[in-house]
Amino acid sequence: MAVETIAPRVSAPEMAPPRSEVGIIGWLSKNLFSSWTNTILTILGLWIAWRVLAGALDWAVFSAVWKGEDGSACRVADAGACWPFVQAKFGQFMFGRYPDAERWRVVATYILTGLTLAGLMIPAIPGKKWLGLFGVIGLPIIAWILLYGGVLGLPTVPTEFWGGLMVTLVVATVGIAGSFPVGIVLALGRRSEMPIARWASIFFIEVVRAVPLITILFMSSVMLPLFLPEGVSFDKLLRALIGVMLFSGAYMAETIRGGLQAIPKGQYEAADSLGLSFAQKMGLIILPQALKLVIPGIVNSFVGLAKDTSLVLIIGIFDLLGIVQAGLTDAKWFAPNTAMTGYVFAAMIFWIICFSISRYSAWLERRLSRGDRR
Amino acid sequence: MAIAESGQGRRAEEASIWSWLHRREGRQIIGQIIIVVLLAALFWIAATNAIDNLRRQNIASGFGFWNNTAGFDISQALIPYSATSTYGQAFWVGLLNTLLVSVIGIVLATIVGFVMGIARLSNNWLIARLATVYVEVARNVPLLLQLFVWYFALIPQLPLPRQSWQLPAGVVLNNRGLSLPAPVLQPDAGIVLATLALAIAASIGLRFWANRRWKATGERFPVFWTSLGLIVGLPLVVAAALGFPVTFQYPELKGFNYSGGIVVLPEFIALLAGLVFYTGAFIAEIVRSGIQGVSSGQKEAARALGLTNNQMLKLVVIPQAMRIIIPPLTSNYLNLTKNSSLGVAIAYPDLVSVFAGTVLNQTGQAIEVISITMLVYLTLSLATSAFMNWFNARMKLVER
Repeated sequence: MAVETIAPRVSAPEMAPPRSEVGIIGWLSKNLFSSWTNTILTILGLWIAWRVLAGALDWAVFSAVWKGEDGSACRVADAGACWPFVQAKFGQFMFGRYPDAERWRVVATYILTGLTLAGLMIPAIPGKKWLGLFGVIGLPIIAWILLYGGVLGLPTVPTEFWGGLMVTLVVATVGIAGSFPVGIVLALGRRSEMPIARWASIFFIEVVRAVPLITILFMSSVMLPLFLPEGVSFDKLLRALIGVMLFSGAYMAETIRGGLQAIPKGQYEAADSLGLSFAQKMGLIILPQALKLVIPGIVNSFVGLAKDTSLVLIIGIFDLLGIVQAGLTDAKWFAPNTAMTGYVFAAMIFWIICFSISRYSAWLERRLSRGDRR
Repeated sequence: MAIAESGQGRRAEEASIWSWLHRREGRQIIGQIIIVVLLAALFWIAATNAIDNLRRQNIASGFGFWNNTAGFDISQALIPYSATSTYGQAFWVGLLNTLLVSVIGIVLATIVGFVMGIARLSNNWLIARLATVYVEVARNVPLLLQLFVWYFALIPQLPLPRQSWQLPAGVVLNNRGLSLPAPVLQPDAGIVLATLALAIAASIGLRFWANRRWKATGERFPVFWTSLGLIVGLPLVVAAALGFPVTFQYPELKGFNYSGGIVVLPEFIALLAGLVFYTGAFIAEIVRSGIQGVSSGQKEAARALGLTNNQMLKLVVIPQAMRIIIPPLTSNYLNLTKNSSLGVAIAYPDLVSVFAGTVLNQTGQAIEVISITMLVYLTLSLATSAFMNWFNARMKLVER
């Protein structure tokens, strides 16, 4: 009974939390104004954000020139972005000098590739195996026929006419696809028990990873022709593709090696004790597990490669950045803001591609690690 | 070996070769022989074709060109260089230019990266968001595009030499570059430099002594502030006593441009800005993940021991975060050095631009020039990874 006299039956009425702890004010005081230094930082941050945002909006929207036939429209005082430049050159930026009448072929390739990739990337869609097989074998053949032509009544479009975003995507996709087999061979070679294979792989991987992509591209554009017999010559784009493939192959090898090393030794021993051959062991047991582990890494290296493709402009291939740069030399469009407008346009495209791939990679990483989380 | 004469014996011998082939060693040896033959064949075909092509195109081979007169000028040279210098000297000029922009870039990118990485973890919502925006923009736009923005879009917006921006301390910025006052050392300056060297040596000694005392008695000594005072203060005092034995040669407007002082080329500014902006974003991510990688248990333990916030950062968080940060940081330093080769696109006279560009075009000796260029980068890379291995071995957790 004594207890009851001590402990009151009725609890004190619930009071609303202090106003400084909840709601917008609470959030503000916790996140922006918790201390003097924090307040100063917030004010500084607001000032920076305002300057950047207002400046960018003013340049890109309010002061921008939206209509015009040539650069004279953009040569007015205090003008912002020169969007008519992008409008006029849009076709070139996308397709280079690809003939107007044939551009549907590029679009068709995009759609086909996009559908295949979407099918592979969205987990809910069934038949990954067949889609993957189509993506590896069928799609490159169809894409080559569509883009280059020369068969089935499609007129040939030589690669000198390719350009713009199309070349960027072709180099990035072919580079990553080609780097895959190169990377697997090199990764297996580096872990091989055969000393010569191992040292050859290590030598190749380390040399390629140590030098800038530019020197590899120079090598494939200047040095490679010297090593070919007289009269044999490669297409310029193909030479660049070989360089990009070897370059990203060496990086891919290291990514895949990471996956191979993560597979417990027991898996190798189990495959050996079942009497599987080397090809069976790798193809059925080790690689499927190892590659699954490194999918995020591979996707990330795709981001790197998508950015690196812009380097091909240095050896005279007009990718998206190269064609923008070439468009800037057009005297008709000479204006103080033309360069910035072109670059911002190209940057937005690169940013959208790279940012969405890296988001996808992060999502994939979470999804793949779900099984490992307890 | 009488049995060897009979047919049965021969079959046994065959069987042994057959089984040898089926054993691992046998296949490995054959596999390696095939690899060696393939590589040798590839090399032989390439070499014969190259010799053939070189002879037909009348290109010399060998490294004799190294001592030939280059005959072209280089806009930025850290060592004496003129059009009458040799290709070999052009190589060194290019290499030094690469190293110059790389070293300055590494220092600045580290500062930007650490500031931004810490800002991403700030309690301040706005600062964290701003840093995130910076990182996501800088990481996802090609470096070459960023260089073009700096060089072809931003630098031309700077004023003409006549309307230059006059920055503090006699620094002048215009669209022809940045002009800095050049220090001219007077005779007594040697004493100041000697004091500086002495102060640095004393700080190193102090550090050893403080560490020894800390281990013996547990008492700490404010090494950082004392060293800072020594290194900055002592030379300053000596210089003041000698009446500041340094004069400055200020850039002056003559005709259409500034002359005198140290002139920093716009190409250098653009390349440096691009490299720092781009690499800083990667370093920021490394720093962020390094700090987040220190388990919260460590911080809680530090608090439980009653360490102050500063002590916790200095003694618990930063040493462990550095262990995570430094390996990827060095590989980013290497990336920055390799990426400085993109200077070729904006005419910065780095190694690739001068040597693999101009020298290659003039001599046509692609094989030698590209090989030397690659060898330089390979050396830099091997040196970096040697440092990494040493560092990892030193910093490895000593587990009992």
